[in-house]
Amino acid sequence: MRECMPCKGDKNGGRGEDVKNTAMVGNHAVAYAVMQAKPEVLAVYPITPQTTMLEKLAEYVSKGMLNAKMIKVESEHSAMASIYGASLAGARVFTATSSQGLLYMTEVIYWAGGQRVPIVAGIATRAIGSPWSIWDDHQDFVTERDAIWIQMMAENVQDAYDMTIQAFRISEDKRVIMPVMMGFDGFVLTHTMERLSLLENEDVDKFLPKKDFKLIDFEEPIGIGPIVTQDNYIKYRYKAMQAMERAKGVIEEIAKEYSNTSGREQYGLVEFYKCEDADYVILAMGAWAGDARLAVDELRKNGVKTGLAKLRVLRPFPKEKLAELKDRKAVLVLDREYSYGSGGVLATELKSALYGANLPIYSLIGGIGGKELGPSEIINAMNMVVQGKMDREVWFV
Amino acid sequence: MSSIKELEEESPVSRPSVGSAGKTGTWRVEKPIIDLEACKKCDICILECVENTIDKGSDGYPKIDYNYCKGCGVCANVCPVKAIKMEAEVKM
Amino acid sequence: MTFLRGDAACPGCPIPKELDAILDIYGKKTAIVVPASCSTVIMGDTVLGMPSPVTVVHSPFAASASIASGIANALKEEDANILVWAGDGSTSDIGFATLSGAAERNENITYVCYDNEAYMNTGIQRSSLTPYGAWTTTTPAHKHEFKKPLPFIMAMHRIPYVATASISYLADFKAKFAKARNIKGFRYIHLLSPCPPGWKFDANLTMEIGKLAVETGMWPLFEIENGKFSLSSISKPFLDKSKRKPIEEYLKLQERFKGLSKEEIDGINNYIDSMWSYIEEISKAKSPFF
Repeated sequence: MRECMPCKGDKNGGRGEDVKNTAMVGNHAVAYAVMQAKPEVLAVYPITPQTTMLEKLAEYVSKGMLNAKMIKVESEHSAMASIYGASLAGARVFTATSSQGLLYMTEVIYWAGGQRVPIVAGIATRAIGSPWSIWDDHQDFVTERDAIWIQMMAENVQDAYDMTIQAFRISEDKRVIMPVMMGFDGFVLTHTMERLSLLENEDVDKFLPKKDFKLIDFEEPIGIGPIVTQDNYIKYRYKAMQAMERAKGVIEEIAKEYSNTSGREQYGLVEFYKCEDADYVILAMGAWAGDARLAVDELRKNGVKTGLAKLRVLRPFPKEKLAELKDRKAVLVLDREYSYGSGGVLATELKSALYGANLPIYSLIGGIGGKELGPSEIINAMNMVVQGKMDREVWFV
Repeated sequence: MSSIKELEEESPVSRPSVGSAGKTGTWRVEKPIIDLEACKKCDICILECVENTIDKGSDGYPKIDYNYCKGCGVCANVCPVKAIKMEAEVKM
Repeated sequence: MTFLRGDAACPGCPIPKELDAILDIYGKKTAIVVPASCSTVIMGDTVLGMPSPVTVVHSPFAASASIASGIANALKEEDANILVWAGDGSTSDIGFATLSGAAERNENITYVCYDNEAYMNTGIQRSSLTPYGAWTTTTPAHKHEFKKPLPFIMAMHRIPYVATASISYLADFKAKFAKARNIKGFRYIHLLSPCPPGWKFDANLTMEIGKLAVETGMWPLFEIENGKFSLSSISKPFLDKSKRKPIEEYLKLQERFKGLSKEEIDGINNYIDSMWSYIEEISKAKSPFF
């Protein structure tokens, strides 16, 4: 059972005048954030478990609550392509998908990343076939990590709402100009109702200034995304790499501003929970970071000084921030996906970030295909780490 | 509004230009020569040059832009009075 | 609006002229979406620039109709023209679902398929618009499937305007684009675009071959406006089979048709005859498509 985090900005136990308090399923929370962000063009194609978000957005459009053109495209590839075109024409845009759909649009995801166009996409994470599974894991999300997209992942419905709003701001920031995907666990968050606080519309309007990116200008004709020579392709990619590096600072800055606007601490790239004096740290991303949080509290009760490093942003990977973990006794990384032939993606990237540091990094692979894994499993794994009985990589099958 | 000039540092774009494939006149193996005596100024070669490389001169006669003419010979083929002849670029 | 000279098109390629003619009608407030095709190469690179005087949005192979849909839904300018300029491979094969989707939604764009009857940019591989009997590198023994009837398929989507055209008939070509420009909704124009290296004919014959395609009945010129079919005046005579030039006159100029057997030539003639029987029926029908 997952507890949702109490909202620090609540007044009067949540019935404060200036902070809305409500409960929503993840899909609806993201749809609400999108509505407040006032995109002008949406394109969505249904896929489990994103579908109820699409339906809510369609409802908002038909009721006039969201003044956007909603293109009912015939495939996910077209969903990303049409909002790419709309973004070039100056519109703020949004789409959402999962799993098979995310893979189907991957060609255009790379295209949008390479062209450096502001786009926000909500990814309801789901296992990839074959074999068929509609259940939650992070494989689809991590598959896109090389595409020049900023990737953020939510822990709970509140996060999903908050990150969606920040995503628009980050993608349009002039120092970044890059598409952003906001991942949140399929069914676990998409279809689970949790308490959350919403921003007032005026606060979102202030936080998200009008979009200021347009490449299609009839007074200044250009070719967008043409052929480039061997000498020039790598120059554009180098600039993209630099933009990703700049994005680290921009994400932190925007998170800080959002923390002030919402009264909810956003923590930037990584949240360190009870890590100051921790001997052992769990690194996790996504909804099960909430389970890890409970595990940390429980372990501490039993005298194991544990902390949680909750990864909010996968790309750009915050290796500088995570280098803070080098002085711990050990880190246990939870991966809800796997790079077959190599290892868990987070475990591999953390090892790379901590290269040279002298500490064991344990990799727990679990939750793949939606298999349940909760605080007790995490506690057991950590106890084995402490006792020195843990293998370097353990699969929770 | 971010200008395209600012954005094109990061976002690959190109600009309109003549000679985007270089001086394509150098591709020629044969060169079209217009016999102005035979020419009836009907403009058909100007309209039908697939490369958009024949202009109408101020005297009304077609003027081939040899910097860019690729020597395909369509103009010679469509001229209703056969006033255009293809001559070898390189005389052996 | 002139298409700028000195582009990368092959000598004799009609593409620069086709685009020039279109832009002459569509004007400056036009954005062209170009998927992977010969035109991608013709549009140049970031260093030497592009021959198009209007904005070009390059597109992944299957995505052009979708990108165009997105642009059309986003642009504030009422009188802007969004054009797709796609080859036959992109239109009829890999981008077919995308094309069909955009047409079904009646997106306000003009989709132009320049049909050179094979994947030419990658070196002459067959597409579903390669005609029966044609040699390509993937049909070295000649293709035996028939050309997918795209214009009729598009008309069945209930779009306001479908037309076939040819740069060999410039006035008819421009008139069709002038008409299309003033129509709101999804417009589909299919050009037969002869390709010297791909069809294997001498580069000077481009216009002549385009004419023969029409005069043999191989390429009928027509319009379908709101489902009503009308043959263009140039093609009207060819309802009468005796007025159609023998197909050999068209075939003999192109090496891609070299070495056809009698059965194969009969196949081509049967295709033309049956197409014109169909045309005769739909010319008379009140609402042949919907």
